[in-house]
Amino acid sequence: MADVLYDMGGWRGDVSTTFILNGKSTTVDVDPQMPLLWVLRDTLDMTGTKFGCGMALCGACTVHIDGEPARSCITPIASVSGKKITTIEGLSADGSHPVQKAWMEEDVPQCGYCQSGQIMSAVALLAKKTNPTDADIDDAMSGNICRCGTYQRIRKAIHKAAAQSSKA
Amino acid sequence: MNTAAFSRREFLKAGTAGGAALVIAFHYPARTADDPAKAQEQQPPNPFDAWIRITPDDHVTLILGKSEMGQGVFTSLPMILAEELCVDWKNVKVEQAATEPKIYDLGTGGSGSVAGSWLPLRQAGAAAREMLILAAAKKWEVGPDTCKAQNGFVVHGHPERTLRYGELVGDAATLPVPSFKTVPLKNSDSFTIVGEDKHRLDSSAKTNGSAKFGIDSRVPEMTYAVVARCPVFGGKLSSFDAEKAKAVPGVLDVFSFETAGKGASITGGVAIVATNSWAAMQGRKALAVKWDEGAAANESTEELNKHFIENASKPGKVVRNDGDANSAIADGTKKIEAIYELPFAAHVCMEPMNCTVHIQADRAEAWVPTQAPQWAQAVIAEAAKLPPEKVVVHTTLMGGGFGRRYQADFVMEASQIAKKTGKPVMVLWTREDDMQHDFYRPASHHKLQGALDAKGNLKAWKHFQTSTSIAVKWEQNGDEKPEQSEFGTAATIPYVTPNVRIEYALAHSSVPRAWWRSVEHSSSGFVVESFVDELAREAGQDPLAFRLKMIGDSRKVPQFGEGPDSPPLDTGRLKGVLQLAAEKAGWGKKLPQGEGQGIAAFFSFDSYVGAVAEVSAGSQGIVVKRLVCAVDCGRPINPNGIRAQVESAAIYALTATVKDAITIERGRVAQANFNDYAMVRMKEAPPVEVHVVMSSEAPTGIGEPTVPVLAPAICNAIFAATGKRLRRLPIRASDLA
Repeated sequence: MADVLYDMGGWRGDVSTTFILNGKSTTVDVDPQMPLLWVLRDTLDMTGTKFGCGMALCGACTVHIDGEPARSCITPIASVSGKKITTIEGLSADGSHPVQKAWMEEDVPQCGYCQSGQIMSAVALLAKKTNPTDADIDDAMSGNICRCGTYQRIRKAIHKAAAQSSKA
Repeated sequence: MNTAAFSRREFLKAGTAGGAALVIAFHYPARTADDPAKAQEQQPPNPFDAWIRITPDDHVTLILGKSEMGQGVFTSLPMILAEELCVDWKNVKVEQAATEPKIYDLGTGGSGSVAGSWLPLRQAGAAAREMLILAAAKKWEVGPDTCKAQNGFVVHGHPERTLRYGELVGDAATLPVPSFKTVPLKNSDSFTIVGEDKHRLDSSAKTNGSAKFGIDSRVPEMTYAVVARCPVFGGKLSSFDAEKAKAVPGVLDVFSFETAGKGASITGGVAIVATNSWAAMQGRKALAVKWDEGAAANESTEELNKHFIENASKPGKVVRNDGDANSAIADGTKKIEAIYELPFAAHVCMEPMNCTVHIQADRAEAWVPTQAPQWAQAVIAEAAKLPPEKVVVHTTLMGGGFGRRYQADFVMEASQIAKKTGKPVMVLWTREDDMQHDFYRPASHHKLQGALDAKGNLKAWKHFQTSTSIAVKWEQNGDEKPEQSEFGTAATIPYVTPNVRIEYALAHSSVPRAWWRSVEHSSSGFVVESFVDELAREAGQDPLAFRLKMIGDSRKVPQFGEGPDSPPLDTGRLKGVLQLAAEKAGWGKKLPQGEGQGIAAFFSFDSYVGAVAEVSAGSQGIVVKRLVCAVDCGRPINPNGIRAQVESAAIYALTATVKDAITIERGRVAQANFNDYAMVRMKEAPPVEVHVVMSSEAPTGIGEPTVPVLAPAICNAIFAATGKRLRRLPIRASDLA
C-alpha cells in the first residue's frame, strides 16, 4: 500500500514517523513527542480513539501497539515508528468483530464515549485468554473507567464474545 | 443583557406541566417572555416537517429535540413516536433536531424527557398516522374510518388491500394537520413497541468508533484552543507574557478574553490557539501568567465546615413547621440526634467539556455537546452580535452529561475566542480543567433529630440543613429563598408524624454549584433514609417493617412547597418498591459474620426507587457485594433502557459514596484527575439487579432517581454488618475503626 504523508502545520522540524495504522503504512510529519492520541485525532482525523485524562488513568485512548493494549495519550509518536497500530476503526470493516457484536447484543454503550477504549482492552484480553474468568476481566478491564457504569454489561459481553469465538 | 438566564427548576415546571405544549419553556427574560403562550395557540407543526421523514422506500427517520448523553432518549422517544405512527421498528432511524424552539422541546434534564414527551410525541405520531390513513382513503375513495394503519402500511377491506407509507407520504404531508388535542391515541393494550425491551439505536456507531461526540467535530480550517483560567473561583487575569507560549510549534495565537453573565464560571482567561490540541496544551504549559486571585483565595473546605457547624449551632430559617417538633423532641421518651455531611461533588463526564464555534459576519455555526442547545445559541448570538436565528447550533452526542452540560460556560469561552479568531475553533478542556472548573453538587451539613413514643412510633422529625445553596446562584428569588433548591422531597417525608420541623441556613461559598445527577435528592435521600434507619434501630424494629409501619396507609401526599402540577407522593407505590426490592434481595436472610443488608427507598423526579445493598465491612475494607433495585417510573417505555439507567445511576452514586470528595484549598479545587478523584472501576462494581414495576401510570423520570437511595442503602448495610453508623460521605474503611 502507498505511503500517505500527513503534514502537521506548525511542526517546523524535519522528523517524520512511519507506522502501520490499521494495516496501512502511514507517515506523519509532526513533533516526535506528540502523543499518538493527538496524531490519530487531530492529524489523521480518526476520532474513534478518545481523550479522557491525558495521564493513562482512564483507558479511553486505548489502542493496540503490536497487538498489546496501550494508552495512546502518553505514547510519543516517535516511539511507535515501524510498529503496527490498531484502533477501533481498524477492528473490523463492518462492526462484525465478535466483541463489537456482543457489545451491541448486550446494549453495553450508554453515552458510549469510553467504549472504544473498553472494546480495545476487551479484544486484547480475549486474544490472550480465550475464555477469561471474572478475575481476568477485573484485571484486564479495571484500567478503563466508564462513568455511565456499564461494567456489568461489559463483563457479560466479554463472556458472550468468548463463548461465540469458541463456537466459531 | 439578553443572555438566556433560566433555572432548571423553572424549566422543569414548565416543561413537564406543558402537556401538549411543544414549545420549550425556556426562560428568556423580558424579550420573549410571552412567546410560549402565543405559540401554544398556534397550529401544531406538520409532523412530516417536524418529527417524521418517510422516504418512498419506507425508511423512517424520527427527528428529536432532546439531547442524547447516554440516557437512551434516542431509543425511548422514537419508541413513543413509532408506536402511534404504527411503523416497523426495524426501519426506524433517529436524527438530532435543529435548534428550533418553536417546534422542538429542547433542553434535556431533570429526568424529564420521557415524562414531558410522552403525550406530545404520541400526539405527533398519531396526527401523522391519521394523515397517512386519510391519504390512503382518498386514493381508494373510501371512508378513512374503514382504513387502519399497521406496521408501515395503511390497510383496507376484504380482501385486504394495502398502501405503503412510502407511497402515501407525498400526499399525506400536504393534508391539514389534525388537532393534537383531539387526535385519537392508541389504547395501551394494543401497544407493540412501548413496553417492549428494545436495543439501543445508537449501539452500532458507539462500538465502531463512528459516533460523533462534540470533541469529534471536525470542520475545514479549524483550530484548537485551550484556556488558562484563574484556579481560584472569581479570580481575574492580572497579566501574561505570551512569548514562550507562542514559541511552541503549532501555537498560532495567544490572547486574553473575558466572559460574563449568569452562566459564566470564570471571568475569562488566556486562550492558546493552535493547529492541534496537543500544541495548544503545550502552549499553555509554556505560558507565563499572573492572576488576581481575589477574595475567594482564603476559602477552604476546613473553613466551610466551621461555617456549617456555626450555622448548625443556631436555629435556622423555618421552612416547614407542622405541630411542635421542638417540644415533642424535648418530651420524647426516646430521642436521637445525628449529623450528616456531604461534600462538593464533580460531574466528571468522560468527554471533557468542549465546544466548536465558527463566527462569521452574517452567521455563526457551532457544534456543541449540550443539554441546553437554545442557551448555547443565545450565548453565541450575543457574542457574535447576531440574532439567534442566524446561529446554527448542532447538538452533538455527549460523552456524559449528568447536569454538567446544562451549563453554557464552555460555550461562552468558545464564542469569545471564535469571535477573535474568525475561524472555526474548538475549545477543549483537559481533565484537570473539567474537574477544577465544574458546577459542583453543593456541600451540605444536616442535623437530624427525631423522637419516638412509647410504642416506637415516630413522634417528631426535625431536619436542619445548612448548605451552599444552588438557588442562591440560579433562582431570581434565591437570596430570599436559598432553601428552595436544597431539600426536594426531604421536606415531604412519607413517614407519618404529627410534628415536623424543617430549618435551613445558607452557607456562603464562592464555589460554583448547580445540578449534579439527582440534584438535591442526592443529599436528601442519604439523610432521610439513613436517619429513618437510625430511628428503626432505636425503636428496636426491623428497618423494613419500621418503614412500612411509619409510611402507613396508601395515600397521596402533596409535595411540600410544590404547586398542584406536581404529582403527589403515592405512599402505596413507595411501599411497593420497598417490598419488591426486599423480596428480590431476600431481605432478612442469614448472612455471614461481617456482612449486612441495608434498605432505602426514595421518591424523586416523580418516580419511586427502592434498593437493598449487601456489603461486607470490616477493617480490611468495605465491599459492596450486590445491589438490588426496584423501580416504579410509571409505564415503562423501554424496560431494557430503564434497567440500564438504574445500573448507571447506581454506579454513579456508588462512586460518590465510596470514592473521593471535591475539597477546596486556598480557594481552588484540590483534585485534578482520576488519581485523586477516583471512579468506581470494573473490579469494584457490584452486580446491580433491577426490577421494573409494570405500571400503567404516566411515565416518569429514570435517569436520576436511583442516585438518592444508594448511599443510604450502603451505609445502612454497613450498620447491619458492623454496628457502626457512617454519616459522612464519602465513606472510608477507616471510618469503621
